Amino acid sequence: MTTQTSKATLSLTKIVPLAFAAVLGIAIISITGHVQASALHDAAHDVRHATGFPCH
Amino acid sequence: MTRHTTCATRPDSRATKMLSRLLISGLFAGAAAGLIAALLQLYFVQPVLLHAELYESGELVHFGAQAVSAHQDIGGIDLVRDGLSVVFTMLTYTGYAFILLVLMAIAEMRGATVNGRTGLIWGLAGFVAFHFAPGFTLAPEVPGVAAADVYARQIWWWATVLSASAGLWLIAFGGNWLAWGSAAVLLLAPHVIGAPEPDSFTGPVPTEIGALFASRAFGVGMAAWLLLGCFAGFFWQREGARISSIQTA
Repeated sequence: MTTQTSKATLSLTKIVPLAFAAVLGIAIISITGHVQASALHDAAHDVRHATGFPCH
Repeated sequence: MTRHTTCATRPDSRATKMLSRLLISGLFAGAAAGLIAALLQLYFVQPVLLHAELYESGELVHFGAQAVSAHQDIGGIDLVRDGLSVVFTMLTYTGYAFILLVLMAIAEMRGATVNGRTGLIWGLAGFVAFHFAPGFTLAPEVPGVAAADVYARQIWWWATVLSASAGLWLIAFGGNWLAWGSAAVLLLAPHVIGAPEPDSFTGPVPTEIGALFASRAFGVGMAAWLLLGCFAGFFWQREGARISSIQTA
């Protein structure tokens, strides 16, 4: 019983930071590469073209 | 002493260490690879892009009344524009790094070795998943190119990245024919289904510039991803060693 609890806690302590980092990574890529707000689009324009994101 | 031991074994403290290991390695690897990617882009891709924009704006006309010289004055460095490009490239590669490190960490828990050297393979796989797979059907777009609705292309882009990532993971860690067969399906499906395409081709840019743009974009992307994988593996190892040395101290 004790072992089971500690295993569950162990995996949760890994899953939460992993999920956080993954969501952060996806959010950053969405902002730099995908969001169409015009200020963001203009600032990131050359990068989007050069990095192969769909731009316009 | 007792307090220190209790603190180190508390679950939230372990989660914090894991998170800081991911974020610190990701920031270092992403900033370093992103800076190099930005410099390579400014040197190799930007002049091609600026040349294409002369045709996009109508300043030059391909197949017009007279032949246009292939050698144009495209201007030098624009501090604001290029500075923004450097910042956004570093951010983009930091985003890639976080995702790469999450997958590296999961693979390490399952017994894989993650360091600077194996990181090269991760980097190559990242390039295939994030640049080459979507670019295989939605080629890197030279300015002025005709294209379908941007949102439809973005959905296809994300679906292709996800599907290629899953396919590559199955090739690396699947270990049986069912997994490898599924990997082939996942890698091929987005291209067999096809990406959103424009109704007609209206791009005013010479095909020579468009082709050079696509191959330069792929080349710089591959170099930057190889470095990103290498740096991510290296910093992941180094941060791990640093954290465990703090724990045992």
